[in-house]
Amino acid sequence: MNIIVCIKRVPETADADVSIGKSGKDIDKSGLAFDLNEWDSYAIEEAILLKEKLGGTVTVLSIGGEDSNESLRKCLAMGAEDAIRLTDPAFEGSDGFVTAKILAEAIRKIPYDLILTGTQAEDDGYGQVGVVLAALLGIPHAALVNRLEVQDKKIKVHRELEGGLEEVFEIDLPAVLTIQTGINEPRYVSIMGIRKVAKKEINTFGASDLNLKAEDVGPSGSDIQLEKIFLPPAGEGAEMLEGKPEEIALKVFDILKDKGGLV
Amino acid sequence: MKEIIVLAEHRRGELRDVTWEMLSKSRQLAESIGLEIGVALLGKGVGQIAEALKPKAHRVYLIEDERLEFYNSETYEKVLTQLITERKPLLTLVGHTAMGMDFAPGLAAHLKMPLATDCIGIDAAGEAFSLTRQLYGGKVNARVSFLKKGPYMVTVRSGAFPVIEKEALPGELVKLPSPLTDEGLAKRFLQYVEAAVGEVDITQADILVSIGRGIKEAENIPMVKEFADAIGGTLSCSRPVVDKKWLPKDRQVGTSGKTVKPKVYIAIGISGAFQHVAGMKGAGTVIAINKDPKAPIFSAATYGIVADLFKIVPVLKDKVKELKKS
Repeated sequence: MNIIVCIKRVPETADADVSIGKSGKDIDKSGLAFDLNEWDSYAIEEAILLKEKLGGTVTVLSIGGEDSNESLRKCLAMGAEDAIRLTDPAFEGSDGFVTAKILAEAIRKIPYDLILTGTQAEDDGYGQVGVVLAALLGIPHAALVNRLEVQDKKIKVHRELEGGLEEVFEIDLPAVLTIQTGINEPRYVSIMGIRKVAKKEINTFGASDLNLKAEDVGPSGSDIQLEKIFLPPAGEGAEMLEGKPEEIALKVFDILKDKGGLV
Repeated sequence: MKEIIVLAEHRRGELRDVTWEMLSKSRQLAESIGLEIGVALLGKGVGQIAEALKPKAHRVYLIEDERLEFYNSETYEKVLTQLITERKPLLTLVGHTAMGMDFAPGLAAHLKMPLATDCIGIDAAGEAFSLTRQLYGGKVNARVSFLKKGPYMVTVRSGAFPVIEKEALPGELVKLPSPLTDEGLAKRFLQYVEAAVGEVDITQADILVSIGRGIKEAENIPMVKEFADAIGGTLSCSRPVVDKKWLPKDRQVGTSGKTVKPKVYIAIGISGAFQHVAGMKGAGTVIAINKDPKAPIFSAATYGIVADLFKIVPVLKDKVKELKKS
């Protein structure tokens, strides 16, 4: 089973103090740590688990500059065979649709049985790339997959719905699945593991290698453009409890007695 | 007159709330720029749902087929391709839900319609639209516009738009033939799988003590559990804790977990992503503890404490124990 996994390197913002950058179109990324997109870490793990069970190869694809090698190498250290980076100045400013288009052109050159992506990216959160990719390649897909089982030329997938419900589909291969977090436990990658793959070559393809014209990619090929970003308007907001920890604890106790029926 | 078409999302005989939210937003857009509202209802034996939708739209497009009994992106795409190609709505709205995320991007790609996903704001200016989306897990908002001409498709976040009651619209029922045939599908629905029933029902608790990504390690959970026990609370959590298998799925509060309405909800180390807030906004009183003063959870809280949870929670536990004795 030959599997392609599409991944993205993203800034870690969950615990970070985020501010708007000078362009007004993105956050200030200086000082932020970067890592493999969380959803993608589950997608690559799932691909490697399948390869370990069924044989075959795992190829990772990413669009981005040399920085993205870091995340591609992490996937190689986890157990992927090959890494390909799609890079071109013309790719910058591509929306979700164009991202899928670039990936599709690269994937047409590689044999595959299954394509995995994360359900969405932590940064732009489009949640559309995997499904558009399937449409462009003309193959079936399922989004938000939290369990899968390969059968002969088919795959059985569970899709995560709201409220803990799941729906089960049987899909003909080849197919694209967008993977939901929690489907597995992504393996830990040690610094030694990364060092082992540090010299491994990462092939790069640009727009012309993929038969893409400059006007088909970047903002000129995109459906949508970002005008500006801003901090979400603060809601009514909470009454902040301040003081020494003991004083705060006293206030919390009173709230629990008053509102929670604590006796 | 040009239309906005809203896809009615329903599952197991019930319309999902996002449908009413999209119809309410459509009404406002339609009135501001002079459009009519059509609602697309696909299914089998969904006549009653069609009746319920009538007052909210100028037309209810009803496509019934036994092959539409269960949602499937392939059948939905075929039916909606025909409807959108015939009706040419200026705007098509779909929920950014487990269903919408599965078919809308493919439908838009096949129809070559510009698509903006997961929108929380839609403003109209003539026949152009300006959208608001969120980036970086809700830490910043973005204003987005379309670069190409319509017709457009937008997927809408659940809970983003309030439902406002207005006088009824004509609601003409338009039954359309199904384009589906017995031709084989590459994707076949098999069954639903219910959520596993756990040992604890967090929806019944008066006090929930909920932990999130900020807990850092599974080894830190007992500390919070002790605090929960001291106040007679039940332990629950946000998604990352379940993804890491530190607590079972039945403890998860949020869109893909449980919707809870305790008297007091204490969110510890939870940033407050909308998927989580959607599951706990019905709580009577919310106390949020987070070290990031800008964490979105503070907008959903009654009381906020900006602190390192590892320092404050042990003090809370000791103080409560001491005060309960006296």
